[in-house]
Amino acid sequence: MIHFVVHEEGDGVGVVVVEGVKAGQDLVGWIMEDDKEIKMTAKSDIPIGHKLALKDYKPGDTVIKYGVDIGKVVAPIARGEHTHVQNLKTKRW
Amino acid sequence: MDLKNSTFWGYKRENGRIGVRNHVIVLPVDDLSNAAAEAVAHNIKGTLAIPHPYGRLQFGADLDLHFSTLIGTGCNPNVAAVVVICIEDGWAKKVADAIAATGKPVAYFGIEQHGDHDTIMRASKKAKEFVQWASELRREERPLKDLWVSTKCGESDTTSGCGANPTVGNAFDKLYPHKVTLAFGETTELTGGEHLVAARCANDEVRKKFQFMFDRYQAIIEKHKTSDLSDSQPTKGNIAGGLTTIEEKALGNIQKIGRKCKVDGVLDKHERPTGPGLWFIDSSSAAAEMVTLCAAAGYTVHFFPTGQGNVIGNPILPNIKICANPRTVRTMSEHVDVDVSGLLRKEMNPDQAGDALLECMFRTANGRLTAAEALGHREFVLTRLYESA
Repeated sequence: MIHFVVHEEGDGVGVVVVEGVKAGQDLVGWIMEDDKEIKMTAKSDIPIGHKLALKDYKPGDTVIKYGVDIGKVVAPIARGEHTHVQNLKTKRW
Repeated sequence: MDLKNSTFWGYKRENGRIGVRNHVIVLPVDDLSNAAAEAVAHNIKGTLAIPHPYGRLQFGADLDLHFSTLIGTGCNPNVAAVVVICIEDGWAKKVADAIAATGKPVAYFGIEQHGDHDTIMRASKKAKEFVQWASELRREERPLKDLWVSTKCGESDTTSGCGANPTVGNAFDKLYPHKVTLAFGETTELTGGEHLVAARCANDEVRKKFQFMFDRYQAIIEKHKTSDLSDSQPTKGNIAGGLTTIEEKALGNIQKIGRKCKVDGVLDKHERPTGPGLWFIDSSSAAAEMVTLCAAAGYTVHFFPTGQGNVIGNPILPNIKICANPRTVRTMSEHVDVDVSGLLRKEMNPDQAGDALLECMFRTANGRLTAAEALGHREFVLTRLYESA
């Protein structure tokens, strides 16, 4: 069973595609471009459609998704943690 | 899906364009004429009023866009005939004459010196004549290249970027070699991925025009923005769905133009495609505004991918809803035409998802009502450029 998807190898976040992911849950991810599976442990409850970090981040780091810059980290994020507006912000506007 | 020799059944209009719907519309030029237009559509079954809130004291480029959007809507081949109603004769005639250039039946009525009662009576008689005439028109078999297909996504979430939007991209990549006329837009919603679109432009001239449109829209955002447009771009719904930044939203959005299509041309909001290929339409990313511009540009079928569940429709342009979010498919199934949630479970591949959309496209073109049509969604929203005088 796939719990999250990653667009391509090298992306720093995955997208949860099932409902009800809880902190501590072991997850299986699918890297779509490369058709590979990876394993992670969720560090937060993560709603469907929301992102989890695939690595540790510190403020000022850039997050890559689709192989492209999607914004800057504004609060520390641990691997497996929910990554959203509380810790990631646009670099534009 | 092998599209070679594919056909659909459509209505051939007087100017040679092919429609997939056969609407007789009652088109108010201004807000004041909505009541009469709606009364006519109530009187004459099978006609469709298209009310809207604008048309008074607009001027310059904003007024020109108002006229071109109304005229484009009337000219769209999904429309068989048009009754135009305006508070006065002059602008009614201006809109009617421009639509009549297509060769389709058009009549116009001004309210002043007549009042609503007399206007409604005269316009209803004409509308009855038009709808009975239109009801005898028959579909004919046409090659795929006669179809014009636009796309715009709405209430996107992260599943849009990995499911529904790549499904549209796969379908666009399959339609493009068959000389179908395609369109995308949403200028600000390319922010963070604009370099990827620029790289897809067919030549430097197209690229220069794209960059001009993109920069022009960014200047508007810069002028009026408060902080970072959070809660608006991405929207509350986008954020609830897991999208965090405009860059992330844009990169998901761009999946809709596939991997192979070139951007062959760039259109301002009032400009029209001059040939097959993929066109970029400078446009708002607000769903109904963008889809209304697609209808005015002459598109006859629209692909509308959604994540969180946008329910939009258009009075004359059928919107096919594609969704990959399993929760939305479960909770809002009445709005979803093509369920591609299997993509996220690895039960379906992008090629199969694209084919499922194309199959729905042919059925829709041949006359099957979309979910939005069956549910009565007829959002018609005119784009404004600035304040009225």
